[in-house]
Amino acid sequence: MPFELGASGAVTAIEGPLVFLDRVVKAGLGEAVEVEGADGQVRLGRIVALDEERIVVELLESTAGLGVHDVTVRFRGEPMTMALGPGLLGRVFDGVGRPRDGGAPIPAMVRRRVDTGTINPAMRGVPQDFIETGVSSIDILNSLVRGQKLPIFSAGGLPHDRLAAGIAQSARLRGAEEAGFAVVFAGIGVSHDSAENFRAAMEQSGALEHTAMFLNLASEPSAQRLLTPRYALTAAEYLAFEEGRHVLVILTDMTNYCEALREVSASHGEIPSRKGYPGYMYSDLATIFERAGWITGKEGTLTQLPILTMPADDISHPIPDLTGYITEGQVVLDRALEHKGIYPPVNVLPSLSRLMDQGIGDGYTDPDHPALAQQLFAGYARAARVRVLSSVVGRDGLTEADRTYLDFGDRFETEFINQAQMRRFEESFAIGWEILAMLPPTELSRLSDAQIARHIAPVAAGTGAGDG
Amino acid sequence: MSHAIVTSVAGPVVRARTEGRFHLGEAVRVGPRALLGEIVRLGSGELTAQIYEDTTGLAPGDAVAGTGTSLSVRLGPHLLGQIFDGLLRPLHADPKHPVSYDVTPLVGPGERVSAGQRLVAVRGPAKDQFVLVPPDLAQGEVIAIETGKFSKDETVARIRDADGSDHEIALTHTWPVRRPRPVARRRPADTMMVTGQRILDSLFPIARGGRAAIPGGFGTGKTVLQETLAKWCDADVIVYVGCGERGNEMAEVLHEFPKLEDPRTGRPLMERTVIVANTSNMPVAAREASIYTGVTVGEYFRDQGFNVTLMADSTSRWAEALREVSGRLGELPSESGYPAYLSSRMSEFFERAASVETLGGAPGSLTVIGAVSPPAGDFSEPVTSHTKRYVRTFWGLDRGRAQARFYPAIHPLQSYSEDAEGLAGWWTANGNPNWRRQRGRILDLLEAQAGLERMARIVGEDAMPPAQRLTLLCAGLIDDAFLRQSAFSPTDRTCPPAKQTAMLGVLMRFFDLAEAAVARGVRVEAISRAGFFRRLARMGEEIPDGAPEAFAALAEQMETEMAGLGQEVGDAV
Ligand SMILES: Nc1ncnc2c1ncn2[C@@H]1O[C@H](COP(=O)(O)OP(=O)(O)OP(=O)(O)O)[C@@H](O)[C@H]1O
Ligand SMILES: [Mg+2]
Repeated sequence: MPFELGASGAVTAIEGPLVFLDRVVKAGLGEAVEVEGADGQVRLGRIVALDEERIVVELLESTAGLGVHDVTVRFRGEPMTMALGPGLLGRVFDGVGRPRDGGAPIPAMVRRRVDTGTINPAMRGVPQDFIETGVSSIDILNSLVRGQKLPIFSAGGLPHDRLAAGIAQSARLRGAEEAGFAVVFAGIGVSHDSAENFRAAMEQSGALEHTAMFLNLASEPSAQRLLTPRYALTAAEYLAFEEGRHVLVILTDMTNYCEALREVSASHGEIPSRKGYPGYMYSDLATIFERAGWITGKEGTLTQLPILTMPADDISHPIPDLTGYITEGQVVLDRALEHKGIYPPVNVLPSLSRLMDQGIGDGYTDPDHPALAQQLFAGYARAARVRVLSSVVGRDGLTEADRTYLDFGDRFETEFINQAQMRRFEESFAIGWEILAMLPPTELSRLSDAQIARHIAPVAAGTGAGDG
Repeated sequence: MSHAIVTSVAGPVVRARTEGRFHLGEAVRVGPRALLGEIVRLGSGELTAQIYEDTTGLAPGDAVAGTGTSLSVRLGPHLLGQIFDGLLRPLHADPKHPVSYDVTPLVGPGERVSAGQRLVAVRGPAKDQFVLVPPDLAQGEVIAIETGKFSKDETVARIRDADGSDHEIALTHTWPVRRPRPVARRRPADTMMVTGQRILDSLFPIARGGRAAIPGGFGTGKTVLQETLAKWCDADVIVYVGCGERGNEMAEVLHEFPKLEDPRTGRPLMERTVIVANTSNMPVAAREASIYTGVTVGEYFRDQGFNVTLMADSTSRWAEALREVSGRLGELPSESGYPAYLSSRMSEFFERAASVETLGGAPGSLTVIGAVSPPAGDFSEPVTSHTKRYVRTFWGLDRGRAQARFYPAIHPLQSYSEDAEGLAGWWTANGNPNWRRQRGRILDLLEAQAGLERMARIVGEDAMPPAQRLTLLCAGLIDDAFLRQSAFSPTDRTCPPAKQTAMLGVLMRFFDLAEAAVARGVRVEAISRAGFFRRLARMGEEIPDGAPEAFAALAEQMETEMAGLGQEVGDAV
């Protein structure tokens, strides 16, 4: 039961986001507290350590303006929770779930812990419904399925926001008409512009009323960033597992989240691991990313599309590295492709969708889809190797086969990866075969004779006729 | 039982003031929710415990109750086919799982029995299992033994030991996870564990009772390889430990394995499988314990005379859990923040893998295969380098291969098997007396390829002499035709030794013919454009198991077409 602890000297020190107080009440680890300063502002915090004498509270908002002698601390007696009910969609909240659009609070039908327990793996269903995103490099080569967590690994200045907004607008199941689709957008330390751009894009496509936004802006306290994805996911879980919707959650930018984690960890005096990030960052990120999936017997699903910017474009930096170890693949954006004017600049080689094999092929997309993807990957990987070679020995030093690969690589980028508008699956599929037909059949060892006859021969015959 | 009072809580670590005696490693129950923990440090009047469950809400003043026993798990016939958490508590309450088992005695009343001996056979929904004389009961006389249906906690036998005291034997018993189960002796590891993966069995094989590591950056194929081995290797029992990895992967195993058939028994694969799941979002201390739980379960089945294979995905997450708890205990960190005892813990774990003669005199084995997830895919980091010291087989995954979707992405030049030498005899006995020589030739070609590719980057492949270009062609064919094997292809996901032998035979013949052809002036391009060449590259996919005639036909086509190439040269001259 919530009760109040007066200002009478319980607080002994304030250091960064941490407030130390004497243990004058029995409170448990992880429980929520509210700290009110002389300014009347209420700040949210939680208990991060305690012994017989003291309690350490981590504030998730700025401690500026707080004095040791004039604060009131209220103990909630329970972990941090969020009130949930109908009417989440179409609304804008702050980083800890309070309305920031001037509207009324959400009616509290239920209260849920924001750091929910884990989904029992035995209760999980296997994600397998193919989502058509409209992006060829994703649909054909790194397919997204419902319930997957597929991050975009981007870098400063690359068009990840545009890509994410595009996917949020056009993602749909093939064949089926979309009912109960929802988007939850969590802006974590983002600029006002990118939040506004996303909102405008969703509004333009008429999808805003299916969207709930949780915004922690760049100007707002960084400790709060630790909570923003958790509040957003708690809302998304409600939409998915209680209201039965198919929810796409966009978390951007997870790099800001990790920076906040590092900052808070340092303030606790913890021994840092790689690059100063705490040793438990893997486990901490997992508690966010594992909140995707579908649960046996529930109607809705929760799909995550987190975005992170790779510091110094480095994929081996701890943030993308640990993320890649948790998520079910990644879509990697590439600066060199961006410079070539390719949109979306997806480098398909380091990209991966691990759930793809479950969501494509016979009964989902096309029986020959897996083979097409395999052969395109093999061809483009060879083209990438040949490019390196040709930069040394020149085009003339290459074998004839290698010269064909060089051209294949270029067409693959400009005609397949590059796209001015969203494409249907069939369209992407056809372009893939058309480009493969450049390669001589002896090179197509990932395709069966029947697949060559079905897809390659007609294209080759078509070109032959055109030439003649 | 002893009691203590919590004095501080930080993450999964609790300190408490003790009243009474505790021992190191003892299991404790903490707080109003009776959370399970284990004592990791004892001082005068104080204990420190790591807690295996979420500690939210725990507070100073909460009670700690000792259990008097070391952290233990319950072993029995209920394990096969089911999923458990890191401390072997069931995650899945399967209503179909029967509560009773058919018990048939294997010894009679009055008989003298000794530790590890089979007492009764147990028939449940999964494979037949046995109840043994407990390892710590050296000698005794059977006083009573039961027949019929029993639930897992009922007594099925009574044994009187040398001192005259009686021991009741139930279908299940508990065992401390950190204590290896005793065996009569270790046996040499000279039998191959057939994995059905060509690059493993033919190049880097593992013996039953062996120890292997699969290091690789994210997305390089550790989990898929472990799942593939769990499906198709010729073990009797699979223990699959998901240690700090994804919930969806566990769900996948749970959904897929019951539908797949064990090719050797025709029974669903799930019936020989136990899953221990501590996913990445579950409490970190339990992650540390899950590895020991898994290996204890493995030993339990080994003691019944089974060949057991344990998959641990991933041992890096276990090492990180050690690091995290160590940090909370305020221990002095060593390399990359890991505690100084990391290495000795790892060696203890891998040491539990062995081919043995059980206490009961039967042969049994426990093979351990651990995935390693090195930060940034860098194999020089502490966990990978320590692991390397304790395993005999090293299957290194390569990011470049994985990115080209060349699977399994095991790099043939970075991998090795210390078991290989000892397994040549196995291959001879199983139909391939030439295995050692063929393996050597393949490894030589791959080695040569690496050197020649460096040269091609400088001079261009067109400028290289035909013999060298042929070497590149042959090595490329080894990759494409032999080493590549998709886990998702219904024909090629597993490849029995006989098919591997046939494929190696055709390849060797090709090398000979091609060398001879180039020597007499045939162009390398002409060879790669011949019709049989594409058939060769796709033989794993196109030729099913048990079709030696198809390989004979392919070899014949190759002989004819290669001879034809010779003709053309002759014609041209
Ligand atoms: N043998 C294989 N055959 C076919 N596809 C494979 C094979 N191995 C890996 N893959 C592909 O690569 C993807 C990634 O593999 P996997 O999940 O096993 O990686 P991982 O090494 O376990 O990564 P992480 O460390 O992040 O868990 C798979 O989803 C699958 O698409
Ligand atoms: Mg894995």
